[in-house]
Amino acid sequence: MSGFAVILRRELALSWAGGGGPLLALGFFVAITSLMPLALGADAARLAEAAPGLAWLVLALASLISLERLFERDYEDGALDLIALGPAPLELAAFAKALAQWVTTQAPLALAAPVILAALGAPWRLAPVTIAAGLVGGLGFAFLGGVGAALALGSRRGGVLIALIVLPLFTPPVIFGAGAIEAFAAGLDWRTPLLLLSAYGLAAAALCPFAMAAAARNALS
Amino acid sequence: MMIPALANPERFMAFSRWAAPLFGAIAVVLLAAGLVLDFRAPPDYQQGYAVHIMFIHVPAAWMSLFIYACLGGASLLSLVFRHALAQAAARAAAPLGAAVTLLALITGSLWGKPTWGAWWVWGDPRLTSVLVLFLFYLAYLALDASIEDDARAAPATSILALVGLINLPIVHFSVTWWRSLHQGSSVFRAGGPAMPATYLAPLLVMGLAYMAGFGALWLVRIRGEVWRRRALARAVRRAG
Repeated sequence: MSGFAVILRRELALSWAGGGGPLLALGFFVAITSLMPLALGADAARLAEAAPGLAWLVLALASLISLERLFERDYEDGALDLIALGPAPLELAAFAKALAQWVTTQAPLALAAPVILAALGAPWRLAPVTIAAGLVGGLGFAFLGGVGAALALGSRRGGVLIALIVLPLFTPPVIFGAGAIEAFAAGLDWRTPLLLLSAYGLAAAALCPFAMAAAARNALS
Repeated sequence: MMIPALANPERFMAFSRWAAPLFGAIAVVLLAAGLVLDFRAPPDYQQGYAVHIMFIHVPAAWMSLFIYACLGGASLLSLVFRHALAQAAARAAAPLGAAVTLLALITGSLWGKPTWGAWWVWGDPRLTSVLVLFLFYLAYLALDASIEDDARAAPATSILALVGLINLPIVHFSVTWWRSLHQGSSVFRAGGPAMPATYLAPLLVMGLAYMAGFGALWLVRIRGEVWRRRALARAVRRAG
């Protein structure tokens, strides 16, 4: 178990070391949100209506930007070999990496999402459900994204390939997450989509480490 | 059980040498019969002649899922047993599946225009989930193309195919759920009365024709893959 803690601490430290990881994702989040009114027009009612869906889509996209570094860097400098040789099973190491990705990217984005919603004119009362959906949905994004990142190891395409692998897998969390926020805004049943989203996120967290470890082992072999 | 017997490449090559043309011939005969039955079918009282698209479209949609199941099954065998033939089968199935899925999407769009009045309706869960299925195929093909080393590409693509296989039912379910949330757009035909035999017969015949055609093309492509590997191995031997 200590191996797990060491890897997790290392990942968290690394994410702050080079370029302030969480801030980068937040910056992307803010920048792309500021482009939305420019693309959709300044009509306040229209923006407010589209805000939950847009915010959720940006959450999904923002999770992509740091995926390329998740395994690639360690693969290139040999750290992944050492991790694979270490006492912790590679599955646990993959879990720690994806969890660190969630802590440093998804969780800050989820906390920032209500601000973005408010900036687009959606009411503040959406904040709790947005944060909750962002946190559990972020689990799904982080772990599925980790699978994509591990699979793309050793290919020459990198980021675009990861996006192509991962984005179709994001279909269920995007539907359930945006659905939960929209249902809450419309006064409909929002618990069902939120529970489905939680189920998806937790199942991804439980199953994806095996896929990640298998893919990483394959790349190292 | 057929699969263990065919796991031997020599036996597979001997089997597929006559099975591939046989399936191809069956496919051609069934396709001809299906088309004859199709053109004999009367125009639908609501859709008119547009109903003929169904006989191309619906079997393609069936096959798009069936081929992904084949791809996933072969990938599982490839991953568990590290069997070269299973990997060849998975790899051979992917472009066929992508082509058939694209055919389903295009014919569905052509069918949608006269019956729904739009090329594409986001409100229909099947359209959306078939589109996602097509993206799954694209991801598989892209990953396969981007890793040059065969031995390394095989497990990676197999893992992706299995992840996709687990996700397909979830995607379908979630898209259906999403559609029930967005009740607004309903441009659907009244959820069908049982299909009359004049339509069901050609549909089933066409379904079997697609199935036989896929069998033939799949075997041919697996043979091609086996030959490609043999040529590669021979080139390595000669160079070494």
